[in-house]
Amino acid sequence: MTDATVKMDAPFPASLLDSAPAPTVGTAQPRIDGPRKVSGTARYAAEHFPEGLAHGVLLRAPIGCGRITGVDAEAALAMPGVLALIRDERLIRNGGDFAGAAAPVQGVDEVAYFGQPIGVVVADSPERARAAALSVKVTYEAAPGVFDMEAARGTALPPTDDIYGLFLIHTEQGDVDRTAHEAAALVDAVWRTPSQSHAAMEPHASVAVWQDGRLTLHASYQSPVVTRDQLATVMGLQPSEVRILSPFVGGGFGGKLGVMPEAVAAAIAARHLGRPVKVVMTRQQVFETTGRRPMTHQRVRLAADAAGRLTVLQHETITDQLAGEVFFEPAGLATHLLYAGENRLVDHKVVRTNKLLGVSMRAPGEAIGQLALECAMDELAEALDLDPIELRLRNEPERHPELGIPFSSRALVDCLRHGADRFGWASRNRVPGGLRDGEWLVGHGMAAAARGNLFGPSRARVRIDAGGRVMVETEMTDIGTGTYTVLAQIAADLLGVPLARVEVRLGDTDDPASAGSGGSWGAATSGSAVYAACAELRARLAAAAGLPADTLTFADGMVTASGFRRPIAELVGDGLSVEGSVQPGESNSRFNQTSYGAHFCEVRVHAVTGELRVARWNSVFAAGRILNRQTATSQAIGGVVFGIGGALTEELVHDPRSGKVVNRDLGEYHVPVHADIPPIDVHFLEERDPVANPLLAKGVGELGVCGSGAAVANAVYNATGVRVRDFPITLDKVLAGLPPVSAARRRA
Amino acid sequence: MIAFDYIRPGDAAEALQAAAERPGARFIAGGTNLLDLMKLGIERPRHLVDIGGLDLRTVSETPDGGLRIGALVSNAELAAHPLVRDRYPVLSQAILAGASGQLRNKATTGGNLLQRTRCYYFYDPASPCNKREPGSGCAALGGFNRIMAILGTSAHCIASHPSDMAVAMRALDARVETRLPEGTTGDRKLDTLYRLPGTTPHIEHTLAPGELITAVLLPPPVPGRHHYRKVRDRASYAFALVSVAAVVAVEDGRITQAALAFGGIGTMPWRDRAAEELLVGATPGQDLFERCADAVLARAQGHGGNDFKIPLLRRTLVACLTDLTEDAR
Ligand SMILES: Cc1cc2nc3c(=O)[nH]c(=O)nc-3n(C[C@H](O)[C@H](O)[C@H](O)COP(=O)(O)OP(=O)(O)OC[C@H]3O[C@@H](n4cnc5c(N)ncnc54)[C@H](O)[C@@H]3O)c2cc1C
Repeated sequence: MTDATVKMDAPFPASLLDSAPAPTVGTAQPRIDGPRKVSGTARYAAEHFPEGLAHGVLLRAPIGCGRITGVDAEAALAMPGVLALIRDERLIRNGGDFAGAAAPVQGVDEVAYFGQPIGVVVADSPERARAAALSVKVTYEAAPGVFDMEAARGTALPPTDDIYGLFLIHTEQGDVDRTAHEAAALVDAVWRTPSQSHAAMEPHASVAVWQDGRLTLHASYQSPVVTRDQLATVMGLQPSEVRILSPFVGGGFGGKLGVMPEAVAAAIAARHLGRPVKVVMTRQQVFETTGRRPMTHQRVRLAADAAGRLTVLQHETITDQLAGEVFFEPAGLATHLLYAGENRLVDHKVVRTNKLLGVSMRAPGEAIGQLALECAMDELAEALDLDPIELRLRNEPERHPELGIPFSSRALVDCLRHGADRFGWASRNRVPGGLRDGEWLVGHGMAAAARGNLFGPSRARVRIDAGGRVMVETEMTDIGTGTYTVLAQIAADLLGVPLARVEVRLGDTDDPASAGSGGSWGAATSGSAVYAACAELRARLAAAAGLPADTLTFADGMVTASGFRRPIAELVGDGLSVEGSVQPGESNSRFNQTSYGAHFCEVRVHAVTGELRVARWNSVFAAGRILNRQTATSQAIGGVVFGIGGALTEELVHDPRSGKVVNRDLGEYHVPVHADIPPIDVHFLEERDPVANPLLAKGVGELGVCGSGAAVANAVYNATGVRVRDFPITLDKVLAGLPPVSAARRRA
Repeated sequence: MIAFDYIRPGDAAEALQAAAERPGARFIAGGTNLLDLMKLGIERPRHLVDIGGLDLRTVSETPDGGLRIGALVSNAELAAHPLVRDRYPVLSQAILAGASGQLRNKATTGGNLLQRTRCYYFYDPASPCNKREPGSGCAALGGFNRIMAILGTSAHCIASHPSDMAVAMRALDARVETRLPEGTTGDRKLDTLYRLPGTTPHIEHTLAPGELITAVLLPPPVPGRHHYRKVRDRASYAFALVSVAAVVAVEDGRITQAALAFGGIGTMPWRDRAAEELLVGATPGQDLFERCADAVLARAQGHGGNDFKIPLLRRTLVACLTDLTEDAR
């Protein structure tokens, strides 16, 4: 079926992208889907209204652990417009993730966490369904649950699965204990991060329509084929019997990778009632019933010799998850490769708690792992009386410090140097608590960033019609990241047509399958599949022209060689259609592929109240070729905002008695607002990664999250002299370390 | 949906009659609080009387030199009103420190006064809450109580009052003008609008069923400097952890006038006249301000997660008083 396959078995000496005479790739291009989004004509999942539509509302467990003993729906079913209460045992309790083919059938009687789905109430309007759901009486037998990870740390066990080898559970080399005792400088402390919510703008929503035994689901998912396969398994169907359409997704951040309860509920209810059913989660349900980033307790021990060379890197993470679930938060990921050092130990353990499912959230592991590691590096630099940049420079590895393999490209040092220049690091405050501006204590902080570059198989079809218009079709999604635009740019440049002549269709599982949006791999994987298809199309156009492909230039809708110039439309006959595919290969194990960056920031802490405000920001990144400067910059800024939120405001709070999510709306789950974010300067270094893929690009979507929170925390220390290792750093945690009010009010 | 009927009367008399004829009726103004609570099943009025069509949208000067603010004047309009900005800046500052631009456009003066607590457990029908379901218990005690009150609490309820506007109005000695179904009018100090939770946290104010707030009256402005200081987790769009509304005047080295009210710490917009009396006649200074904070916090009680509000309020109040008196000495 595939016409052209590129396998990542060897570095790429050159990329066809560099042969485009007037490339759009590498420039700043506004989103081609932007006009549809701002004019409201981009249709999201919940905006589908098929004939006969009914509305479902999830019924959820009102206890944290135990079993349902009875459900009395008599009154609810008698309410006007109410069609059914469905308690099918296939209704999933735990959503899915990118890992694992299926969310298993867990039944609807055992309660593993507060808010889990135990049924779906369907009515002829959403309001009636909601009112009926409120009227269902549920009786239960509560059992003692585990709600406090800290208290249950003693029960932590190794995770049961290494998620395709992507998350290393335990690695060890040398002797960390002995070496730590001989160190010239030592940091050994615990950092804690809370549960966090993806809090995407668009809530989860599914509209299920059955036709001739086939299920079509309009839904909001990042990787529709993954969701399709999981949904098919739950429903007892073949994947070919399910079609998922996710052309527009209002943010995901990992919370829409695997199938979630609303999709299964809609599918089952639609089947049961013989009419289309829509299930849209309320904001509260998104917080309580989808997924969260697990909380962590991270012990980091770093030791160095007198010359500032790391001798010990030890990172032990305890995290929490529901029983029986394989995903765990791999907080030690970047610790494997960020710095050199002989003696190393990275370990992960899991406490089983009765709290909402833990799933991937933007840069799983790395986002919060680098909070701990990069704060520990700051503390070590202080212990050594070294500039924190200098400490990192002294520990820059030449090869992967554990595996001994080369890096495909690594520009951390350049990022650190450029970032320092742009920020003016040389004139930073050097005395913690020593710089004042009126009532504000001013601090400066920095941290390094690293995010692994992952690659998965991906396919795309590219067609040129008889009129010379280009159509790109793949199941890949655009979750706000810019996929529509980037894929159009690649096709436009490689086929030499204006951007406006390229149309992109995304998010349909009936189109060639992609690796989906997640893990920062979306643009590089789906873009490489488009590249493979376009390379093959160029060969076919050359054949039609009767000329060798490498003598041709593709530009302005024309195919040109010396003495030859024809419009592309004249060479395609009735049209050409090619499917390209890409596969990971040996390069993915022979090289370590990682994107890098460095963050620098100024944080102001109010000397009276402890209010924390980020005042200034510079980040520098190196992530291979930047495909679209505008969308990449937006991703990087968004990542930094995520990092600032994780450092200062975001905490999904669980009630200590039931595990219940306490702050379950956007009024109380504090993501940063505009007023919290200063102008963020993002700079990308020129880089080509010759190994990663034919685009020579690496991932950027999650890079900004990595390390940015640590830069904030280090700046808070620099401002106040208070080390807060318990995130988020809210004002109550710095209050005790502030100067007395008489001194706090001193004007500058 | 939980069925309710909806009436949109044309004037106050009609509104009062509509409410009087329908037990369980509720007035709806901007709807920014009531509708959220209805969607969650926490408020279940059988009848909604929409007062949006009533002629209560004007701000006018009163003969005594004060201000009369119609109950439907939006928070945005009130904050921007030249007379408010000029004569009662603490009120303008307080309103602008609350919610977001969109909400302030919709929210009204009367609705803001009667907005209900943001206690997480009140907002979740699955949790016990004496305010929502009398006798069911208080989940905030022993729960996550970072935003709860430290003053005015009882063993039955520790929910804080969320309004910023009402805090400034308490400092300004505002009065609340009402009309009753019988056709009579009511006039009470804002101080007596609210009730402490005690054993009946579900009864939050002293209005009779069907009593309509028609206006808020501000007395003539008193001399002094105004300041509203709100401390919160985000730079915007977050309720107060603690807030201080202060109007203070200094003459010949002595404090001649002091009005202080507080948000985020009380089960109602908080005012402590004894603490103000300490200030009046005294010479401004750190010790005095610390004693004033002692007085305000004398009966403060933390519940674990909100213990920090005690030192935070102290620091904020002392700094605020220092600011207001500093170069006036
Ligand atoms: C996300 C969010 C953040 C917010 N942040 C803040 C903040 O930081 N600070 C702050 O102070 N507020 C904040 N608010 C609250 C906001 O100020 C209130 O919702 C608003 O003031 C309520 O006014 P309304 O007119 O919409 O009231 P409605 O919702 O219409 O009514 C509220 C109550 O008042 C009653 N009522 C209304 N008018 C009258 C009347 N004339 N007579 C008798 N009864 C009446 C209604 O019956 C109802 O019980 C926030 C709200 C939200 C949703």
